Amino acid sequence: MFRTVKNLSCSKFRYLLRFNDLGSNCIDSKRIVPFSTSSLALKDEKVKVCFVLNDGKRLEAEAKIGDTLLDVVVNNDLNIEGYGACEGTLTCSTCHVILKQEDYDRLPEEPSDEERDMLDLAYGLTDTSRLGCQITLTKDLDGLEIIVPETINDARS
Amino acid sequence: MTFGNLRTLNRFYSANNYTKIPRVCIVGAGPAGFYAAMHLTKNIQCKIDLIEKLPVPFGLIRYGVAPDHPEVKNVINQFTKVAQRPEVNFYGNVTLGKDITLNQLRQHYDAVLLTYGAEKDKTLGIENENAKNVIGARHFVGWYNGLPSNKDLEIDLSCDTAAILGQGNVALDVARILLSPIDELRKTDITEHALNILAGSKIKQLYLIGRRGPLQVAFTIKELREQLKLRDCKTVWRPEDFQNVINEVPNLPRPRKRITELMLKSLNENETCSISNNTKMFKPIFFRSPKKFIINDKNNVTGIELTCNKLEGENWESQKCIPTDEIEVVNCGLVFRSIGYKSIKADEDVPFSNGLVLNERGCVIDEANELGKLYVAGWLGTGPVGVILHTMGNAFQVAKTICDDLKNKADYSKSGFAEFKDIVKDKTDIVDWEGWQKIDKFEIEEGKKRGKPREKICSVEKIIEIAKSEFNIVKDNS
Repeated sequence: MFRTVKNLSCSKFRYLLRFNDLGSNCIDSKRIVPFSTSSLALKDEKVKVCFVLNDGKRLEAEAKIGDTLLDVVVNNDLNIEGYGACEGTLTCSTCHVILKQEDYDRLPEEPSDEERDMLDLAYGLTDTSRLGCQITLTKDLDGLEIIVPETINDARS
Repeated sequence: MTFGNLRTLNRFYSANNYTKIPRVCIVGAGPAGFYAAMHLTKNIQCKIDLIEKLPVPFGLIRYGVAPDHPEVKNVINQFTKVAQRPEVNFYGNVTLGKDITLNQLRQHYDAVLLTYGAEKDKTLGIENENAKNVIGARHFVGWYNGLPSNKDLEIDLSCDTAAILGQGNVALDVARILLSPIDELRKTDITEHALNILAGSKIKQLYLIGRRGPLQVAFTIKELREQLKLRDCKTVWRPEDFQNVINEVPNLPRPRKRITELMLKSLNENETCSISNNTKMFKPIFFRSPKKFIINDKNNVTGIELTCNKLEGENWESQKCIPTDEIEVVNCGLVFRSIGYKSIKADEDVPFSNGLVLNERGCVIDEANELGKLYVAGWLGTGPVGVILHTMGNAFQVAKTICDDLKNKADYSKSGFAEFKDIVKDKTDIVDWEGWQKIDKFEIEEGKKRGKPREKICSVEKIIEIAKSEFNIVKDNS
C-alpha cells in the first residue's frame, strides 16, 4: 500500500483522501506528509506558473515539475472555460496558450507536426503559440507566465 | 401538519424560488448545448433544462465523431460534469415541435436557446440522385455510429470503385472508414452491423471529388495527415491539379500554407511509394462538379458525369468555379454525397430562413415580449461549418449574451420544465440523466464482450427500455 501511495502525485493523493471511505478528516494535504517518503523532495520540485486570461485576470498556481500546463489547470481546478477538451490527446486546440518569445525559445522541445496541425485551427494563432498539453514544466520554467487567448471570438460570426 | 398543507407550503416555497432564479431551456444536447450550459453554470445562478430529441445526450460527439477518433470524444467527460450539476437537468426523448411547442417553452422559461444543429443532408438536385447506392454521407456516418434512424441503411460494398462528392472532414471520415484495415475498426465503438458489412467490402479505389482546387479544400490538416498515413492505402493526386499551386504557397496564411505543403509533399511522393495487391487507392480529384449520375436498368449507380471547372478570380479565397464544356466520366458503383448538412425548422414558430435560424450574434429578434427570449447557438445559428472548437466559441459567446440579458432582467417568474413535465410525460417516455447512465453502463458492458470500448444500442425502444429498467436486471438478461 505504501508503495502505491509513494507513486501517486500529490494532487491525486489529495483527491483520494477527499473521496475516501474514512470521511473527510484528511483534507489538509500537509498532514499526509509522513505517509510519503518522497514528499520532502517534492517540496523542492514545485514551480509557480501564472495564466493570464484575456480579461486581465491572473490565475496563479503551483505546479509539479513534470506536469504539463494542462495538468496544472486540471489539478488546480483553474477556471479556464472549455480548457483541455480532448484531455491532452492532441485532437483539439482548446488548451491554446501564447508564450513570451523568450519563453517560447527556451522550451526544450519544438512543437511536433501534430501539435502544429491543431494550432492551425486555434483562434488568434501567433508565432509563439503552443498547446498547453504539450508543455512540460521544468525547474527552469519557474515563474512562467502564459497568456490564454479568448475563445469566444468566433471567426464565423 | 397535514400532507396537504405540506404540499401547499412546498408549492409556496418553490413558487418563491421561481421569482429568484432564472430558468433556461436548451433545446438539443449536443456540443453547442452543453458548452452553453457550461458557461451558464459558471457565470450565473440559474436552472438549466437540457431537452433532447434522442433518448441519449451528446449529439454529434456520439453520432458524428468518427469511431476511430475516441480522443475527440473525451470532451464527453466535461459535458458529464455539467450535466451532473444540481441545477442542470437532462430530458431526453423530448422533441421540439412534437412533444412541446416553442411557444410552450417560451411561456415557461426566461430564456430558450436552440442548439439542435443540422441534421439533414444537403442534396445536389441532379439527375438520378435517387439511384441505388447514391448515399448521403450523413446517413453513412449515422449508420456506422449507431444513429437509430440510420441503422437499416441500404448499402452495397461489392463494387471495387466508389466516389465521394465533397472535400470536407466528413468526406475524409467516410474515406477513412472505407479504406482502413478492418482490424483497426474492430477496436473502436463502430456499430457491429456496420463492421460486418465493412468486413465484406470489395472497395479498392476511392475518388474524392471537389468543385474547386487544392487551395480551397475544406478538410483540415489533421484529417489529411491521418489519411496519408493510413496503412495499406496509397494516395494518388493528379499532378495537373497542382499547376501553379506552388507559386501561391509563400503568400498563404499559416494554416492554409501548411495543408497545401502537405498535399504537395504527398504529390511528390506519388512515384516512390510501393504498391502491393492489398493496397487500396485514394484518389482526390479537383475542379469537377457532378452533372448527373449514370445508372443501369436496375437503377443502380454505375458512374458520375462530371463537369470540368476552371477557377476565376485573383484571390484563392474568393475564387469562383466556372463550368467549362468539358466532361469527365468516373465509373463507380457507389457514391457518397458529402456536400454539407442543413438544419430543419423543428417548430412552426422557429424563425427560419436559408437553412438557419435568423439571428443577430445568437439573439433571435422577435416581438413577442411576454415570452422568454429566444437564442440560437451552434450549427443551427452559424451554418454547418467548423470543428468542435468553433462551436465551443460560438456557444460561449451566445451564453454570455444570455447571462448579460438575464442579469438585466428584474424578476424571474417562469416555472421551467417541472410545471409541464406531466403533460409531456403522456406523450413520450422521458429519459433523464440517471436513465442515460444506465444506458451508458449497458453499452460499455456490451462492448467489453466484443473487445470494443462500447457497443451502441441502435433502437430507440431498447434504449428507453434500459433507461427505465433497474440496471442489475438488465445486466442479468444480457
